[in-house]
Amino acid sequence: MTTHPSPAVIARYADPAADLDEVTMWSVETHLEDCADCRARVAGGAPGDSRDLLARIAAGVDRGIAAGPAPARRRRPVTRNRRLVWHLVPWLTMTVTVLGCAVLLQGLEPRVPLVSLLAPVAPLPGVAIAWSRRHDPAWELIAGTPAAGLAMLLRRTAGVLVVVVPALALAGSRTGVSLALTLLPCLAFTAATIALGAFVGVRLAATVLGTAWALAVVLPAVVTTHPPAVLQPGSSGGWALLTLALAGLAATRAGNFRRLSSHN
Amino acid sequence: MRTVSAAETAPTTHPWAVHAEQLRVRAGRHLAVDGLDLTLGTGVHGLLGPNGAGKTTLMRALATVVKPAGGRLTLLGERAGGGDLRRVRRGIGYLPQQFGFYPRFTVREFVEYMAWLKEMPKAEVAEATQRAIDRVGLTAKAGARMRTLSGGMLRRAGIAQAIVNDPPVLLLDEPTVGLDPEQRLDFRELLRDLGVDSCVLVSTHLVEDVVAACTDVVLINEGRLVYQGTPDGLAAQGEPGDAGDSPAERGYSALLRRHRAEAGR
Repeated sequence: MTTHPSPAVIARYADPAADLDEVTMWSVETHLEDCADCRARVAGGAPGDSRDLLARIAAGVDRGIAAGPAPARRRRPVTRNRRLVWHLVPWLTMTVTVLGCAVLLQGLEPRVPLVSLLAPVAPLPGVAIAWSRRHDPAWELIAGTPAAGLAMLLRRTAGVLVVVVPALALAGSRTGVSLALTLLPCLAFTAATIALGAFVGVRLAATVLGTAWALAVVLPAVVTTHPPAVLQPGSSGGWALLTLALAGLAATRAGNFRRLSSHN
Repeated sequence: MRTVSAAETAPTTHPWAVHAEQLRVRAGRHLAVDGLDLTLGTGVHGLLGPNGAGKTTLMRALATVVKPAGGRLTLLGERAGGGDLRRVRRGIGYLPQQFGFYPRFTVREFVEYMAWLKEMPKAEVAEATQRAIDRVGLTAKAGARMRTLSGGMLRRAGIAQAIVNDPPVLLLDEPTVGLDPEQRLDFRELLRDLGVDSCVLVSTHLVEDVVAACTDVVLINEGRLVYQGTPDGLAAQGEPGDAGDSPAERGYSALLRRHRAEAGR
């Protein structure tokens, strides 16, 4: 903090007719920026017509502010992804409804573990929709931005899992299936969709995996009313390993999600 | 007023903002850009060529949206063929030929969303958005929903999102489609302004736009470079007998005719 300039210097600074050397003027100006007392002294020392002018300008500025548009309200940051959220709502509602029906049916026929049979494919429709160019009009714009890539896909997938995983946990607890055997296959299939999606596109990967699971496991289990071998109590370690391996594979192919590809 | 970082004032170590060597890019199965050599520095470059010449495919490759099938592409001194495109993409602004938008977003929300995707610092987004919207002349429509805009306004909103991050490389694919004559004049003014310190590549069908607003002409045909030079140089290529209403148009048709004749041999 500099020492206050003398009243005489301030008076000469405020007087347009007085001659003040540049260096003194700069030092006074620098000081005035930080010192309210000296600013008041400059204002007090100004001649009457200058004060009238300042008052008129202040009144004019106030009038302008009152007449002009109101400042824009601060918007909530959630608006950023609301389009995706709205787009996913019907699909997630469908997923949750199907799981609810599975709980009811399993109550009627306890020999078929319908909830664990549906758990692996439950997140797939949501993931496919969240990463599909057909469902995103600004796809080409987004594909060219630095944020595009695996991180964005993972964020969107997480958005789907936030709904699907609690729904599965609830459905699993209602039917008394082990939590690990409901959630681990769900995560394994999500990771598999992303890993396979790096090569053939997420939508096709979800379709292929969902169809394969339905034909190879769900259909035989429903027909024979025997729980499938891959969902026996001892298999949760295998599912955990598979999830990790597939997640690792997806991470190594991260570059494939950066470009616009004809697959999605 | 803002603080200028050391990275911004550092001298560039690359001679060209865009440098393509023997670039080959596929559009579907067809090789739309076939062995193109191109160097672009600061200024406004007009990309001319007949339909199907590979203009849009070249733009997409330069925007790093599609992966080149071969050759080398260097953008702002960095190879743009490998895995990590993040740094390169932060320096690129891109307006696709058909750009989709979210009808329920307002213009400001749309530009802000794009600024966020371009990983701009959070504190700068609101200011940069307003500046970009002002520059394209959409200030009065900033709060309007995208679905209520006319075609020309949508294009300008698209240009606003492309320039929001003040990119050193700006790629505009057919930006003048849907603009009325007055807006085209404003747009040319904006182009000249942008071309002072960045490399702007504008693809267009209109030879007159190029002559009026560009410092440099790039003419491609069938995925190859036919001509690169000044608009005056383009006009000098034509002879009175060639098709066209202006010297530049005659130059354009003369160059294409010669290139096709050479390719036919």
